[in-house]
Amino acid sequence: MATASRSCISLEVVEVNAPQSVAADTWTVAGRTFCSRLIVGTGKYKSFEENAAAVEASGAEIVTVAVRRVNIADPTQPMLTDFIDPKTITYLPNTAGCFTADEAVRTLRLAREAGGWKLVKLEVLGEAKTLYPDMRETLKATETLVSEGFEPMVYCVDDPIAARQLEEAGAVAIMPLGAPIGSGLGIQNRVTIRLIVEGANVPVLVDAGVGTASDAAVAMELGCDGVLMNTAIAEAKDPVMMARAMKSAVEAGRLAYLAGRMGKRRYADPSSPLAGLI
Amino acid sequence: MTEAAQEATICVTVNGEPRPVRGGSSVAAMLEAIGLDPRKVAVERNLEVVPRSTLGEVGVNDGDRFEIVHFVGGG
Repeated sequence: MATASRSCISLEVVEVNAPQSVAADTWTVAGRTFCSRLIVGTGKYKSFEENAAAVEASGAEIVTVAVRRVNIADPTQPMLTDFIDPKTITYLPNTAGCFTADEAVRTLRLAREAGGWKLVKLEVLGEAKTLYPDMRETLKATETLVSEGFEPMVYCVDDPIAARQLEEAGAVAIMPLGAPIGSGLGIQNRVTIRLIVEGANVPVLVDAGVGTASDAAVAMELGCDGVLMNTAIAEAKDPVMMARAMKSAVEAGRLAYLAGRMGKRRYADPSSPLAGLI
Repeated sequence: MTEAAQEATICVTVNGEPRPVRGGSSVAAMLEAIGLDPRKVAVERNLEVVPRSTLGEVGVNDGDRFEIVHFVGGG
């Protein structure tokens, strides 16, 4: 893809007396390969201009978008596609706001017609208060979408069994919440997110809950393939700067995961040698 | 409005609002009359998606219910 090289981390292995090898760290979902492991939403921004600048600063190659009625009263008002070009940034249509499988499937059928994309994000919500997913409806919608040729990336609870069932139903990515949507509480459930990562054969992305850069790094350190966020960037005092921070955090967390962290000890272990003390 | 023109006007629902449309219009003609670029929207007619390639052929009938959507910012 045209933009594939712009945010790849180079994994340089520098060894004495050995040629330098450089490999790009990429991830693949439903046959599409991306360098950036950060997916950003396009909601809650003050303006289209700010939104576009934040996407650029984040290095994201995928943005989530919603499907809504056109304003018939003013059909000339600017559209998102005028500011974020779907030819260079992959639009991932989302079913935010849908509370039944039927609503979600109907929305994505229209999204497919509007954009021509099979890669979609499914979320079927259970209640407005927590925006927790309704897994019964989510699984039902996943099965219908897969039977109609869609490739759904699926927002879900942090339940390794539910994640496995979604994967068996044909979900192309598993996207457990780290905390409720828009809460900014950070990754509340590291153990279950890790269990999902270990059990999955498709990409796992934390979707929802990230509040600041360290939260994104935590998600990546757990071995997730990526992180999806909206509010953490859009509601920052400086969204463009926060987008930069998130880009760095996702890359740092990814590198730390690949590097393999040190073991934890209960007591101190000096960094300087004990031998030769005066 | 003349009597003949009134006869030629049918009423449909677009995004939940009643809307008069010239009888015999295609969906593409209706979009044009509203001022919309068919390349930027998706159309559902009576709960069925109308493929973009057929917008010029599918006719608008009295009482049809349309949803016309596009992409907006979202999470």
